[in-house]
Amino acid sequence: MSAEATVLVIDDEIQMRRLVKMTLEAGGFRVLLAESGGEGVRRAGTDRPDLVILDLGLPDMDGMNVLQNIREWSTRPVIVVSVRNTEQDIVQALDAGADDYLTKPYRPGELLARVRLALRHRADPEAEPHLLPDGILVDLVARRVMRGSQEIKLTATEWSLLALLVRNEGRVLTHATILREVWGPAFAEESQYTRVYVAALRKKLEPDPGRPRIIITESGVGYRLKGIA
Amino acid sequence: MFRRWRTPPPGAFTLERQDHSLTLPPIDSRTDPDALLQSLKREEAASQKGSLKIFFGMCAGVGKTYDMLTAAREIRSKGVNVAVGYVETHGRRETEDLLNGLSIVPRKAVEYRGAIFSEMDIDAILARRPTLVLVDELAHSNAPGSRHAKRYQDVLELLENGVAVFTTLNVQHLESRADTVAQITGSIVRETVPDSIFASADSVKIVDLPPDELLKRLAEGKVYTPERSREAVQHFFRPGNLTALREMALRLVAERVDHQLRDLMRSQSIPGPWKSGQRLVVGISPSPNSVKLIRWARRTAYTMDASWVAVHVETARPLGDGARDLLAKNIKLAQELGAEIVSTADDDVAEGILRVAREQNGTQILVGKPERRFRIRAGMLDRLIERSGDLDIYVVGGDETVTRKAAPPYIPEIQSGIRQYLVAAFVVSLTTLVLYPLREPVGYQSISLLLLLVLVFLPLKLDAGPVLLAAALSAIAWNFFFIPPQFTFAIGLLQDVLMFCAYFGVAAVTGVLTARIRGRERIVRSREQHASALYDMARELAGARSQADVVSVAVRIIKKHFDAEVAVLLSQADRDIATAAHPAGTLPMDEKEFGVAAWVYWNERKAGRFTDTLPSATGTYYPLSGPRYPLGVVGIKRSIDAPWTFDQEHVLQSFFRQLSSALEREQLNEITKRSIVVAESEKLYNTVFSSLSHELRTPVAAILAAADTLQSERGKGDNELERTLLDEISSAAGRLDRLVQSLLDVTRLESGLLRPRIDWSDVRDVIAKAVEDVSSETGRAIGISIAEGVSLIRADFGLLVQSLANVLRNAATYTPAGTPIDIDARIRGNEFGITIEDSGPGFPETAVPHIFEKFYRVEGTKAGGTGLGLTIAKGFIEAQGGSIRAENRPEGGARMIILLPYSPPDASIQEADS
Repeated sequence: MSAEATVLVIDDEIQMRRLVKMTLEAGGFRVLLAESGGEGVRRAGTDRPDLVILDLGLPDMDGMNVLQNIREWSTRPVIVVSVRNTEQDIVQALDAGADDYLTKPYRPGELLARVRLALRHRADPEAEPHLLPDGILVDLVARRVMRGSQEIKLTATEWSLLALLVRNEGRVLTHATILREVWGPAFAEESQYTRVYVAALRKKLEPDPGRPRIIITESGVGYRLKGIA
Repeated sequence: MFRRWRTPPPGAFTLERQDHSLTLPPIDSRTDPDALLQSLKREEAASQKGSLKIFFGMCAGVGKTYDMLTAAREIRSKGVNVAVGYVETHGRRETEDLLNGLSIVPRKAVEYRGAIFSEMDIDAILARRPTLVLVDELAHSNAPGSRHAKRYQDVLELLENGVAVFTTLNVQHLESRADTVAQITGSIVRETVPDSIFASADSVKIVDLPPDELLKRLAEGKVYTPERSREAVQHFFRPGNLTALREMALRLVAERVDHQLRDLMRSQSIPGPWKSGQRLVVGISPSPNSVKLIRWARRTAYTMDASWVAVHVETARPLGDGARDLLAKNIKLAQELGAEIVSTADDDVAEGILRVAREQNGTQILVGKPERRFRIRAGMLDRLIERSGDLDIYVVGGDETVTRKAAPPYIPEIQSGIRQYLVAAFVVSLTTLVLYPLREPVGYQSISLLLLLVLVFLPLKLDAGPVLLAAALSAIAWNFFFIPPQFTFAIGLLQDVLMFCAYFGVAAVTGVLTARIRGRERIVRSREQHASALYDMARELAGARSQADVVSVAVRIIKKHFDAEVAVLLSQADRDIATAAHPAGTLPMDEKEFGVAAWVYWNERKAGRFTDTLPSATGTYYPLSGPRYPLGVVGIKRSIDAPWTFDQEHVLQSFFRQLSSALEREQLNEITKRSIVVAESEKLYNTVFSSLSHELRTPVAAILAAADTLQSERGKGDNELERTLLDEISSAAGRLDRLVQSLLDVTRLESGLLRPRIDWSDVRDVIAKAVEDVSSETGRAIGISIAEGVSLIRADFGLLVQSLANVLRNAATYTPAGTPIDIDARIRGNEFGITIEDSGPGFPETAVPHIFEKFYRVEGTKAGGTGLGLTIAKGFIEAQGGSIRAENRPEGGARMIILLPYSPPDASIQEADS
């Protein structure tokens, strides 16, 4: 993990800024602070942070506008933070290009893990086989899933779905994103497809499909593949 | 109770007295409480209403307008805002001079059939808000298309709006004097003013001029142009006429003064020898003579200081259209003159009048002199006198000329339509044809019986006229075709002549009697219909549970019973009339109709089609009056364009009274409910406050204490203690977060902003998520059983998880640790059900209905918890179209059942690939 990585925190609450700064610095990051959307956009341009943590509820401008503004010229990871009641905002933000999200209140450890994950994704995700919980190994190059020495047979659609989740390991994918990537843009509204195939995948991968440990449901947002981070 | 004393507004019906219990015996020299109340009411009303001053004279030219203008100028010089609403100078110089300098409200041009009339502009006057308005010629009739038919109605509206009015009036224009004047002067007065206006005026100034002086003025050309003067002197302004008119005017004013004196004595309790409690009962009928009778009654009642009731007795004899109109006119006149109207049904008019007189505590009965005709039975008047007992009877003579000319002949009245006559003729012809061959075998005499038999059945379908025709025709046919010598009208035998006469007699009497019974039956049936409609309305209104309910019931019943389109406009919270008709109504309202409705609302009088006010409207509008402020307006448009009959109007009015009281009841209900809610919410506020402060304070206290301890123990190296304290902080913060979440959820539910995003959701996923949340938090094991084949349902994932988690958390909190909690999910027909069972103590039976109420907590349970969890669960489930209920398991423990609508997902998805 790059100890030099710089994180820009855009949040209007001074206490939150202080705590996030403490947490991130303790995790070995350099931290920049911005207390308004305008300042955040400016600093994101001038100081070139490696990652942005953006609170959606800002006093001067809508967090969504900040995100869109940054996305116009940068592909740097952006993690959005919001209060719980705004699932719709989160989905909107993810679809607009945010890499991950956190709901307030969150635990510092969670924040650090997400930041690391987002930074890691900048590296090539295809290179080596991915190890999932319960000893499941996904080899994207060989298009193979193994539990120990036993191969798990997947249908073509199940494989596309799993591959998408693996490539975005640890990151939340909205239903719309999954449908678009796996089934094509025409299927963006057919959410029953994701449910059916996620259930099918779980049946094949999870030790206890009733209590999923690998493919995690993010309430009202989408799915996340839990990596061994 | 005072309603009895209040002059009913034109067009309104006072159908019965409100209260009998307080009426004093007929003769009593004590202060009548009603009368006292009346004088108080009058004072009270006067304080809000504008005052009316009438400049009263015997005829034109005595200087009323001049006097009025002089008085107005004087008042204006004291700084009062005076406006001239309408003053006619008739080109008189002195009058025109007086008008100079007064502020004149421009008149309004009203177009009617191509001619332009300039009328007083009442809206322009009201917009100026003057203190005093001058309105000349009170008796003037407005051009059609104006708001009111008569100028006095304009004046009444001005007064009601708090504007004082000066006006002028000649004695011949007073309604009750109109026919006396006609008798004296020989000219019929068309423009009349109800006496009640004169009686209720705040002051009346008599403008008097001796006849010879008036004639002198006339001769000098001060009143009319010289030619008109000459003509006038020859006709109207004859000294004899003038003297008579002058006497009448002076006498009227004297009577008025007498009344004022009585009022004064009454209000100051000066004991005096006045009679009170007199009550006149006037029998009116569809006869032109009734007009005179009614006016006479009004004069007598006023002089005697008595109240009076006009009675119309409806008999079985059906009224023709002409008679019906005449009756309606008479009733309206009586109303305008201040009578109460009572309608009753009786075959015997005398009996009907007497019954009403006794019911109404009448002391005198007034009837018109009956027209002399050949009568076999004792006349109505004889019977009336015979049975009247201690009641006095006055018989007022009719106007001979009017009687001769206009009294409609009663029998036979052609009203059955030509079709019935044709049917009668046809039936007789057919019968004759059929019976002709039987002539030989049975004999012509038996034939007559058969003809008669057919005739007896005719009245079942036909009216009296056609039946009479049939009787005549069949008699003729019998004579012509059957009685020998055949094919002649001659009758050979004496016994046949006798038989023929008897035959015709029997046929005619049978026909007429049967027709009469049918007529009576029709009245009874129509009354019964009215009664049952009223009963329907009363019953349904009693069952209505909200204002909207009341309105739709009323609309439905009025529509059904009267075959009319109905619109209802209710009063709003700010006591103004609603800006749109109630959606239950069927009569479309445009701007103009709405204007009429608003007028009715604010003036609490009916208006619109077939009334004197705004008759150009499509519908007729009736006020719904409440005890404190108007409740609304009902607009009605019949499917046929004809005014209501008296009976129908009567029933309508009863409908409206019922409707008003039902609306009022609902309004009171609302108010009561609201105050209960306020009381409840106060109680709730206290509970919530104590519960919330406990819930908020506990974790905050824990965090503070732990943080303090951490600070003081820092650097002492006790890692175990530090970890415990940090755990405390973290768990207290978690608790605080859940509380805030609950409060936010409740707010979201109550604000109505909760918009569930219904989407396909995996049942296993939902349950897993909720179970994970709760068991990680409480450490309880939760058993899951999901029926085979249950996979996707349509629900809001997040809301469903949270509802389920709340229910599980509730179960985990109130059952002993270690006891099982089980979830079962399965499809039940077209519903998806989740059952959560525990083996704890269950709910107390009394608590079951309240479990889902906000902040409700089962008494005696341990502290902690907000009392919001289940409320939120219920709200979220219901927002998704589902339901939740709680019950106790027979084997012990509690059970919660969540049901959601279910339709199976598209089964083809999976197969397409695997």
